[in-house]
Order: sequence, then C-alpha cells, then structure tokens
Amino acid sequence: MGKNVKFLQGNEACVEAALYAGLDFYAGYPITPSTEIAEHLAYRLPQIGGKFLQMEDEIASICAIIGASLTGRKVMTATSGPGFSLMQEALGYAVMAEIPCVIVDVQRGGPSTGIPTHVSQGDVNQARWGTHGDHAIIALTASNHQDVFAITVEAFNLSETYRTPVILLFDEVVAHMRERLVMPEPGEVQLVERLRTSVKEGVDYHPYLPREDGRLPMSDFGGVHRYNVTGLVHDMWGFPSTEPRVVHALLRHLVDKLENRTNELARFKEFFLEDAEIILISYGSSARSALHVVEERRQRGERLGLLELQTLWPFPRDVVRNRCAGTKAVVVVEMNMGQVMQSVKLAVEHPERVFLANRIDSVFITPADIINILRIIQGKGV
Amino acid sequence: MERCRLVFSGSGGQGVITAAIILAEAAVLCEGLNAVQSQSYGAEARGGATRSDVIIADTPIYYPKVLQPNVLVCLTQEAYNRFSAIIRPGGLLITDSRYVKIQRKVDALQRELPIYRTVMEQIGKPIVFNICMLGALIALTDVVKPTSIINVLKTRVPSDFLEMNQKALQLGMGLTGAARA
Amino acid sequence: MAVKDYLRERFFPHLWCPGCGHGEVLGGLIRAIENLGLSKNEIVMVSGIGCSSRITGYVDFHTMHTIHGRALAFATGVKLARPELKIIVPMGDGDALAIGGNHFIHAARRNVDMTAIVMNNRIYGMTGGQFSPLSGSNISASTAPYRTIDKSFDVVELSKAAGATFVARATSYHAQQMTEVIEKAILHKGFSVVEVLTQCPTYFGRKNKIGDAPEMIKWFKDHTTPIGSKAKQEHPELIERGIFVQQEGPEYCEEYQKIVERAMKGRS
Repeated sequence: MGKNVKFLQGNEACVEAALYAGLDFYAGYPITPSTEIAEHLAYRLPQIGGKFLQMEDEIASICAIIGASLTGRKVMTATSGPGFSLMQEALGYAVMAEIPCVIVDVQRGGPSTGIPTHVSQGDVNQARWGTHGDHAIIALTASNHQDVFAITVEAFNLSETYRTPVILLFDEVVAHMRERLVMPEPGEVQLVERLRTSVKEGVDYHPYLPREDGRLPMSDFGGVHRYNVTGLVHDMWGFPSTEPRVVHALLRHLVDKLENRTNELARFKEFFLEDAEIILISYGSSARSALHVVEERRQRGERLGLLELQTLWPFPRDVVRNRCAGTKAVVVVEMNMGQVMQSVKLAVEHPERVFLANRIDSVFITPADIINILRIIQGKGV
Repeated sequence: MERCRLVFSGSGGQGVITAAIILAEAAVLCEGLNAVQSQSYGAEARGGATRSDVIIADTPIYYPKVLQPNVLVCLTQEAYNRFSAIIRPGGLLITDSRYVKIQRKVDALQRELPIYRTVMEQIGKPIVFNICMLGALIALTDVVKPTSIINVLKTRVPSDFLEMNQKALQLGMGLTGAARA
Repeated sequence: MAVKDYLRERFFPHLWCPGCGHGEVLGGLIRAIENLGLSKNEIVMVSGIGCSSRITGYVDFHTMHTIHGRALAFATGVKLARPELKIIVPMGDGDALAIGGNHFIHAARRNVDMTAIVMNNRIYGMTGGQFSPLSGSNISASTAPYRTIDKSFDVVELSKAAGATFVARATSYHAQQMTEVIEKAILHKGFSVVEVLTQCPTYFGRKNKIGDAPEMIKWFKDHTTPIGSKAKQEHPELIERGIFVQQEGPEYCEEYQKIVERAMKGRS
C-alpha cells in the first residue's frame, strides 16, 4: 500500500484536511465528541510553527480565532452543541465583519448537555439561525472520512473566497469511527489563499467596499493599511453607520453574496437517481445507513436512489427540486425531528410526498429503521 | 471474501478497543481491505462492559455498526451476559476461560480459551492479554495474516516491547489447536 | 507627531457626552504612544462594547471594535498570531469585569503581553446608567432605584490575584501621571492592567448628586493619594494610585515559542 493511506478517526481526518488546507491557528475548549480535534492539533500545530490555544471557554475560542484571522492566518475552532450555542454571538460578528474562519460542530444529543457521547444531527437549524439577525451562512457535512477530508478543505476555500465563517456539521458517528483515508498529495487538491488588497501604502484602502465580483480584498492587521473592524453596521471604511442606505446595502451584500450563489455552493452526491421511484435524502452518518439500504434494495430490483447532501446551508433547493421531480416519494433520513425535511418540503413540488425516517433516541439510525418507513410508504406494512 | 463482522467486548483496561483498532488497521493498511472500527464511549466505557465493533470486507462498508457479529469476543462475564445473545447463527464465540463461565449454548462455535492464564504463565505481563486474544482470533478466522498484525504492532508498540507482543500473538495462535472455524 | 495625527478626524465628532472622562483617557493614551515613539502600524487596539469601547474608532491604528466583554479574547488571538504587534485593550468597567470578567482573569493568568485599560466610571453609560460591578453599594442607578446592595470589585486586587505582572491605577484628574503609567504599562513585557478612574457626569454624577464634570474630577483629586503616602495612613479611606505591581514573569508568546522549538526538534 502507498504510505499516504491512513486508518483514523473522522476527527483526525478533519485535522489532516485542515492542516492540508493551511490551518495555522486553532483555539478551542474541550468538549465531547470533538475533543480529538483539539488533542491532535495541540500536537501537530507547533511542529509547523502554528499556534494552538486552549482558551477559557468556547466564546473566547471563537473570538481568538477571529482575531488571529485578521492578521492573515487560516483559523479554526471545534466544538459540540453546547459550545456551539456559546459561540453564536461571535459567529454573528464574523458574519458581519466578514472574517474568514472555520467552525467545526461535532453534533451530539441535545438540547442542553443532552447525551454527550451519542449521535445526533440536531444542530442543523442552529447552524443556520443560531446567531441573531438576517444573515447567510455556509454549513457543510460529510459521511465518510475521504469526504470529511475533501469537505474540510472546501470549508477553508469557501471561507477565504467569500470572507465568511463556514460551519462543518459533523456528527459523533463519523467523528469517532475509524476507517481508511487516502491522503491527497500536496498540490493535488486546489487551495484558495486569501485575496489581499493591491492598494499601495498611502492610498486610501476601503476595507468594506466590494469589488465588482462581490469579493472584498483584505489587508492583514499589522500591515500598511490601518482600518476599523466592527460588529456594528458599518460603511465602506468599516466605520459605524446608521444611514438607512448603508444599512440596507450591507445587509443585502451579506445575504446575497451567499444566497445568490446557492447552486454554485451546492455540494452533493447522487446514487442511482436516474430511474429512482423513491429517493432517500440524507447527510452525515445517516447517509451511510441510507446508502446501505439503497444498495441492498437495488440488488432486489427496487428502484431506490439516494441524494446525499453535503451543503446544508445555503440549502440546495434547486438540486433537491430537480432530482425529486416525478418521484413517488421522498424519504428524508436524519437523526433529528425533521430539520432538513422542513427544507426539503419547501423545495419540492409535492411536499405531501415527503416522509421522514428518523431516530431521536441517541441510537445511530439502522437500515432496518429506514426499511420500516419504506414498507409503510410502499403499502407493505411493518 | 465473506464480510466479517466482529464485536470485541470486555472491561476497561483489558485492551479490547486497542485490539479492535489493530485488527482493523492491519486489514486496511497491510491487506488493502476495507475496515470500519467503532466503539462505545462515555460513562459506559469507563468500567462496566466495553465494546468495539469492527467490519472487514473487500467491498465498501456503509452502515458501520455491527448488529449481529459473526465473531464475538467476550473477555468478562458481564460482557458475555450482555452480548452473547446477539451472535449470528453459525458464528464464532471466543471467551477467556478464567473470566467467563459459559452458561448456555448458543448457535455458534464456542471456544473457551485459557488466554489470560497462558499470558501470565508464559510472559507474566497482563498487558499483552489483548494481543494474545488477537492471535487466537486470527488463527480461528484467517481474517488477516499474522504478519499484518505484526507490521501494525511495529508502528504502535515501543521497540522494547515488540518481542513480547509478537510472542503473545504466537501464543494466542497456538491456543486454538486444530479446531478452526 | 501632533496628537491629531493619531486620530481619524474623518470620524469626528466623537459620541462622548460633554464632560465625559473617556476623552481624557484617549488623550493620555495617545501622548503615551507618542512619547514611546511607536509606529501606528505596529499597534492593534481591540475593544468591546460600551461608551469607552468606541475609542477604537477614533484612533489611527489597526482597530477592532468587537462584542461585549470579549475584547481580551479577540486580542489574545491577534497577539498569539502576530507577537511582534503591540496590543492595547481599552474596556469599560462593566465590559471588562462583568460580562468580560472570566476573560480578564484568564488573560492575566496567562500573562500575554498586552495592555488592558479599564476605564472605570462605575456605570453602564451606553445603555443609560445601570449599575456595574464597580459601582459599589449604596449607589443610585437606573436599575437601582432603591440604591445598590452589591459590593464592588477592587480592580487592583483582582488583577494581582489573577496573576497580572503589571497593575496600576490612575485618574482622569492626574492626567500627566496617567500618561506615564500607560507608557510603563505598554513597555511592560506581560499582561499589564491600568485602571483609570473616570467620570460619567451624565449618569453616575447626576443620579448620585455628585455634581458636574469639574466637581467629579475634583473628587478624584480629593479622594485619591499616591501609594504608601502619609495621607493614606491618616485617612485609610483614600484610594491609592500609582503602580502596585511591576514584576517579570514568563510571557505567554515567548513560552509558546519554546513549545514550537521543542515540537520542531522532536520532528527533525
């Protein structure tokens, strides 16, 4: 075997990918089931001259990475539901001030302390609406370690491209299980580096004046351009403003820069969709059980397909609508009370044909759980 | 190959989870197979019954947990009491004769092996109990080659302890006699 | 350079009330930086939320106006990422020690090389005069119509206990001394705290019938004394000002660099 094959946990695959993408600053606070990410980075980052900080809480952790990002570093923090709740205000700050950063939420059972060591996918809507106010956000997920790697690198790339926080919504099963990861060679996966301003010293630099393509070139703190960064509504100088025209333009910019690119940002995988009569829609570890069912049923001649979503926000509504057109039924497989199902129902032509196969009892959803729902839909009884 | 679903169970400190990882890693890194390993976490993993699931196959593995193992290893009475009922009919049940008293017949090949006693008599260090168990397991199942386990041990075990681990593996393989699964 | 060369005149007039003490702190800070001959490009100023935190908008440094109470956490990230930069963190009393109290003690404990300036006017001004953890008891505030029963923190004692390696107190009356203390705090290698007693005539002064700004400033003159003065022995209720702690200690960025060296050695 080539020496770039590894056998590791999903959390470690995330670490490998973050380092591959150029992560050199991490701050975090221990919380199950994300802690392995911190443990591995505490070991690895100093080896490349990077910084690892264990902060006093999750609030401080996300604040520290936002500060570090402004100096030009690629930054990340990792947490789970309760810590992610604490991070929400600062997450909004990163949205408002347009500061690239990656936040990993390894989901566990909730609400509150919930079940720390068991699986859940209950933070889908927290990722979307956890911070207050109208805004757009990118949230990505993956179901196996090769995809965890790819989507983590993607998170850094999108974060830099659009100057936005990107949330990686993993879950306990993928985070803790071990499986194969084939490490890409250096240069094999394209990396997006920060777009820095070409404005020379002494010439006015407008930190919040988007270029024609909507992108905002940055200037590192400590460099030749001194400017203000604030969570207040601000003008092109980064200075607070209550001018209605400025307020409107900023909010539209923050939302449009992502929502208008929903199709471009959609990452997904298709399995046997061409002739599928029933489509399963799933994501994260649930998609593994869904794919198990689809492959098994295909062997029996049942026309079942799977649409695995990797971009959860902005929700890929066109992709879902197109793929589900003309199907008899759509079954959303997830480990919550239907958080993605709600979005699917809004996207498809026939919301009455959308069903839920879920589990909320902390047990990883089994193929049998999904098959039971399929039998009801197919009129076979349980 | 036939898909192999294994459950390793015992109590914290017996090296059950480490053994599961070594086996799965050997399958992936040394034999080019697919393997997925998972384990129980949290309060139930500290004391009480520890469990780790491994699936080894030459096809993709999606659902990563084991519901019905065709190989079940129980290294404590509690683990045996809790898990013996889930074994797949016709499977293989490995228990340690010092820790587990077989109470009822299951529809599986039951092998009660003196793993702990052998390790203590021949090596004197309980730390390689799990590796001796792995030796017995691969001898009974042929799921991976002994050299694959040894190659993984070389990357995980300090060089001073490698010989002891290799010896434990050999002892385990020798315990199974002619009766193969 | 003149003081105005450090200001972003584009963003004036400032939003502080007439008679507010924050402008005096801004003046003291700029004079200190000028005296030290620091380049504007090497200074990062990070603030939180409140009247005092608006200071970052007015100065021509790299400035970050963040969220309530978390300025020191953001600043820790900036400093660890670029240790060569000088970090100054102006905060209000509620910002630093109510919502931000946890970050305050942990920044002091780590001894990260940065300067925290607590602009203590004993009130939440931006939101309209609510009591703060530095108001102390028997104070009238919009959320204490029957007067406060809360005891206050002593910023100096708290900073010392948390491990700050430089701790000082100044007032808006003693402007020259304030500048000197801030200079020393910025030069200090490690976490430095400067508490500056400032006046909020609009809320604290009016609600507590202390008088207008000049009277409040005079109060600082009459009720404070240099550390260890004879006056303090005779009148123990006087508030001491000056430098309480100035000691060397392992600085966090330097200590982290040693970890990097160990990790890199282990690798090669």
